[in-house]
This record gives sequence, C-alpha cells and structure tokens, in this order.
Amino acid sequence: MTDATDPSAQPAAAPQRRSSLLQLDERTRRRNAAEARFRLMGLIAVTIGILAVIGLISSILFNGASSFRQTFITLDVYLDPAKLDKAGTRDPEAISKVTTFGYAPLLQKGLVDTMAAQGIALDGLTAKQAAELISKEAPAQLRRYVMADVSRIGQTVTFDVLAAGRIDGYFKGRVTMESAALDRNVSPEQLMLADRLKEAGMLRTKFNLDFFTAPDASDTRPEAAGLGVAILGSAYMMLVVLVLALPLGVAASIYLEEFAPKNRFTDLIEVNISNLAAVPSIVFGILGLAVFINFAGLPQSAPIVGGLVLTLMTLPTIIIATRASLKAVPPSIRDAALGVGASKMQSVFHHVLPLAMPGILTGTIIGLAQALGETAPLLLIGMVAFVREYPSGPPDGFFEPAAALPVQVYNWTQRGDPAFVERASGAIIVLLVFLVIMNAIAIILRRRFERRW
Amino acid sequence: MYDNPLTKRDAVTKEVKISARGCQVYYGDTHAIKDVDVDIEDKTVTAFIGPSGCGKSTFLRCLNRMNDTIDVCRVEGDIRLDGEDIYDPKVDPVQLRAKVGMVFQKPNPFPKSIYDNVAYGPKIHGMSRNKAELDEIVERALRRGAIWDEVKDRLDAPGTGLSGGQQQRLCIARAVATEPEVLLMDEPCSALDPIATAQVEELIDELREQYSVVIVTHSMQQAARVSQKTAFFHLGNLVEYGETGQIFTNPQDPRTESYITGRIG
Repeated sequence: MTDATDPSAQPAAAPQRRSSLLQLDERTRRRNAAEARFRLMGLIAVTIGILAVIGLISSILFNGASSFRQTFITLDVYLDPAKLDKAGTRDPEAISKVTTFGYAPLLQKGLVDTMAAQGIALDGLTAKQAAELISKEAPAQLRRYVMADVSRIGQTVTFDVLAAGRIDGYFKGRVTMESAALDRNVSPEQLMLADRLKEAGMLRTKFNLDFFTAPDASDTRPEAAGLGVAILGSAYMMLVVLVLALPLGVAASIYLEEFAPKNRFTDLIEVNISNLAAVPSIVFGILGLAVFINFAGLPQSAPIVGGLVLTLMTLPTIIIATRASLKAVPPSIRDAALGVGASKMQSVFHHVLPLAMPGILTGTIIGLAQALGETAPLLLIGMVAFVREYPSGPPDGFFEPAAALPVQVYNWTQRGDPAFVERASGAIIVLLVFLVIMNAIAIILRRRFERRW
Repeated sequence: MYDNPLTKRDAVTKEVKISARGCQVYYGDTHAIKDVDVDIEDKTVTAFIGPSGCGKSTFLRCLNRMNDTIDVCRVEGDIRLDGEDIYDPKVDPVQLRAKVGMVFQKPNPFPKSIYDNVAYGPKIHGMSRNKAELDEIVERALRRGAIWDEVKDRLDAPGTGLSGGQQQRLCIARAVATEPEVLLMDEPCSALDPIATAQVEELIDELREQYSVVIVTHSMQQAARVSQKTAFFHLGNLVEYGETGQIFTNPQDPRTESYITGRIG
C-alpha cells in the first residue's frame, strides 16, 4: 500500500481490483471448496460412528433380547409322602435329607401323568427321554418349593418347571430339527413332543424374572443361569467405590487446587495423577492382588477387594474432573469471599465448592460408570469364580464371594453351550441399561444444580 | 458534592488511618512497587491514579493483604493500620480483611440471594445473635449501599440477576455490612455506565462520613469529583501525594502534570 500515496499509481491499479460481488473469485472458490470437503469428512465420520453404534446395539439386542423370555412346562406333580417323608413326621430336618435326586422321579411321573391326562402320546419315547425335556435345575426348584412349606407334601400341585436349554433354544430358533439330529443332548423326537406339549398348552414361553434374580448355573443348565449374584456384587462394589473414591478424590483435589503450594513436588503429584488415569486397568488388578489379598489378607472374590481396586482406578478420573471444575469457578468469587473476611476454607466450602458441584458429580458418576464396566482387574482378584451363593447383607456381604456384571459376561462367553451366548448378550443389555441410567442421573444432577441461578 | 470546587476544598488534616513506610512489592523478579511512603487519613476519600500497570491496584491490595493469595507476590516494608503492623506474623489476614473491606473492579456478587450476599459477612463474623438482628444488619447495609429501595421486595432473588450498577452497589453493601473501618475500592466504576457511576460516586461521598475510603481509578474526573486526597503512581513509584485540588490545579512534579494533561499514560 506504499504506492497508495503516489497519485500517479492510483488510476492504473484501480481497474484491476474491480470485481463483482455476484461473481466468486478464484480464492473464495477454493476456500469454499475446502470448507465443503471438511464438512463432508465430518459428516462421513459421524455417519460411520452412528452406524457402528446401531450395528452394535442391534446385534446385542438381536442376540440377547430372548434371554428375557424363558420356556416353562406346566405339570401337575404329586408330592409323594412315601418318597419325601418316609417317617411321616413332617420334620423339615428329615425332609431336607432328601436330595434333588429324590425329586427327579416325581417330576418324571408328573410329566407322564399330565401328558396322559391331556391325551398326549409319548410316540415311542421312553418316560426317561420325555423327562429330558425338563431342565436339570427343575428338581432343585421343586425341592426349594417343598422346603418352603413342608405341609405341601401329600398334595398334588400345579408347577411351572424350566424346560431344558435345548427345548428353550428350539422355540427361540437356536435349535432346529437338523441340528437336533446331530446333537447328543436332544433328539428330533423330543422336539416333536415339545411341539405337541405347546399345542396342548402345557409348554409356554414367558417373561423370565429369574434372569435378574437367580445365581449363575453350571455349564449344563444355561436355562437356569441368572444375574442375581452379579448384580448384587456390582452394587456392593459401586457402593465401596462411591463411599471411598468420592470423599477422597474431592478432598485431594480441593487440597491440590486451593491449598497446596505450587512447587516442584505438587507438579510431580499432578503429573502422576494424570498418568495414573492412563495406566492399564489390569495393572490395578495386579496391585490389588498383591496389596489387598496377599499383603492385607482380604478374602478373594470379595466385593470389598473389587471395590478397593476400582476405587484406585476411579480416583484419578474424579480428581481430574473435580480439579477442572474447581478451576472453572471464576476467581472473582474467591476474591469476593476473601474480601468480606472469609477464611480460605470458608471461601472454598461456602462458595467455590457449591459452584463446582455439577462438574464434580458428573465426573464422579462417569468414573463410577467406568468402574461398573471394568473387567480386567476383577479377573485377577478372583471375581471370575463360579459363585452360586448370594453374599449376605451389608456389612458382612462385602467380604463374601460375589460375581460382577462385566465378569459374568466374560464368564458366560467362555462356556460351551450356545445358550450362554444368549445369556451373555442379555447380561450386556442389563449392564448397558445400568450405564444409561447412571449417565442419565449425571445429566439430571447437572441440570438441577446449574439451574439454581 | 459538585458544589464543592476543587480549589476551595478544606485542607483540614485528619487522623492517620493507614500509614505505609518503605513499602516494596515484588512479583517474582519484577519490582512492582518501589519504596512507597503514604499516610491515608480517616474519614477521607483517597484516590490512587496513574497509568495502567503503575502499581496502584497492587498497592491497594497490600492494604488488606489480598496479595497473600498470589504465590509469587512478596511484600516488604511497613504498613500500619491504627499503628499496628498488618504484616506482623501474629496478624491473621482474615481478621484484617474484616476491618479493611474491599470492592472489586468487576461486580462479583455471590451466586446466592441478595439477602445471603449481604448477610454472609456478618454471619461468618458472628455479628448477630438471631435472625431479627441479622435482618436489621442487612437492611442497614443495603440502605447504606443505596440499593435498599430497589431490592427490598425481592431479597430472595439472586444477586447475579441485578443490573451491573445494582450489582456493584450490592457489593458495596456487602462490604459495609461487616462494619469495616477502611473500604478499598479497585476501579469500582470501570464496568458501569455513567448513570450507575454517578450513583456509586454519590454513595462513596456518603460513605466518607464513616469510613476511610481508598479508591483506585482510571478516570481523573472521577478522582477529582470524589476524593479529598490524591496519590499519583507511575512505574511503581508514588510520584506525588497531596490535596486533590492541589494535584489537579498545581502539580509539583512534571510527571504528574504530564499525566493529568494527557501527555503520558
């Protein structure tokens, strides 16, 4: 522009610069093209992401939704006193000596009799083969029912028993006549019998509450496996994490952010906390194994150990989130509090912390959600064990063996029976629902606290 | 106050409230305040003027030890409030700040109700025994902050919902609620429009009856309007300190003259 001062240069330059606003020049066109390309790439990335999520969720739902429904067979069972209470005293202790093996024949007889009453022929199957339609878990079911009230002995009761896994799979499309012909566990004739039972209304598929309440079951009876112990174990662990990680994390961040002198030592701590957040979770498992189980002597597979390990994992997340939200509180609020003569601690607890609360809660819940889905460290501290007994109520339950939701998923995917694929997908759905609920709570809390002013 | 011409202001010497001797402030290696000696009088408005970065806000913040919150800041020399060294290790800055209140450049009400904003100081200092007494303190402070009539019907409304000028007067009410002896104001009108500024200036003039007020300002007109004494800072030095009338009409130092006539700063 130096030549702008020279009047002789002016007229020569002017016509060249003239351009119409209605016509894009080359530069603008190139810039617009670059922007359009960038937008397209963004759109593609988002589309790929959405498709991946849809694919993932639909595959899980497709595989897992059926685990919320289960096939049951309705029988009339005569609770024969001659088998269950030989002495005739109705003494619960004596009756409890009869094992599930004592109940299996009753179920077999009940099935054959009920079929005869409905006019369903065995069609060449033996009574034993027909009884294979009933789950191996069913005698235990019946035994629990009798033990709950021994006066039922001698009566004929109508009872819904679990159908065997293969029969359940047949009605869910997992088992076909062709596959049954090659299967040692089920024959096409048995499937045809199941069809006839269904026509007669003896066999129904209904909502499966046991999936949420029952404990895990062995390899051979997938139809009985449930998430009860795992849900309870996960709940206990989350409780431990919440009680330990939230106060520790928030206290540590407040100290570091507001009170600690800024020197090389606190810088070192800061770097270490950031690094801890990136440490692979399995390392925390080894640490838990070495420190909490081998050194401190806490029991294996116990929610307390799982909770402690997950607390260590969650702490950095909570500290980082809390420090970020404390930093975001405007310094003018601190000045205002100090200016009216509040002490440092009063200014933090009366003014800074309430303003940082939404961020802290969001960080904590996201940390908890992470901990809920964590598997690797739990494998190392023995949470992968097969646990059929419910842990008792708190506080004793924290020290008794339990499972955890993600570990249960891992566990079920390892098993041979294809029915466990369905169970594992169902467990993933339950886990995802819990995560969605926790994130929703985080959003609600955030809204509530932010809307105050 | 406008009927009080600069040249005719009375030069009655009052009791000294704060006296600083050989005050030095360092931010790390930067020497921000160089050897400042000043006597701030009671029941007087003292204005600190000077170009940006000359250290007037820094010096103001030394007077109630707000600089303590800055890690790299170091204060040397002697600053006395009523003859007591405020940097004595035995002095708790919290107690000092109850005596030396502060109003900041940007209105910074707490995100709480108007009532809670004012009541907070008296509450933490245990100035009231019951709710009725606290109500009285709050009303008195809001009246003194010249904002009572505007907010008396909505004391439960959030303080952050007021206009900028109202917020600043609320902050002044909050500062006077703890009954300080000195009120420090760091450019209290820089975020306000002329009408709000006039209201705050009027308020400062009224506060003079009870407090010693120290105000940092960028506006020389404001200093001339509200203050009785003026201190001119330049590059960390206190260049000139005297009666406001004398500083603006007959400055002794050429730097002061250059500044008030607009040649530097």
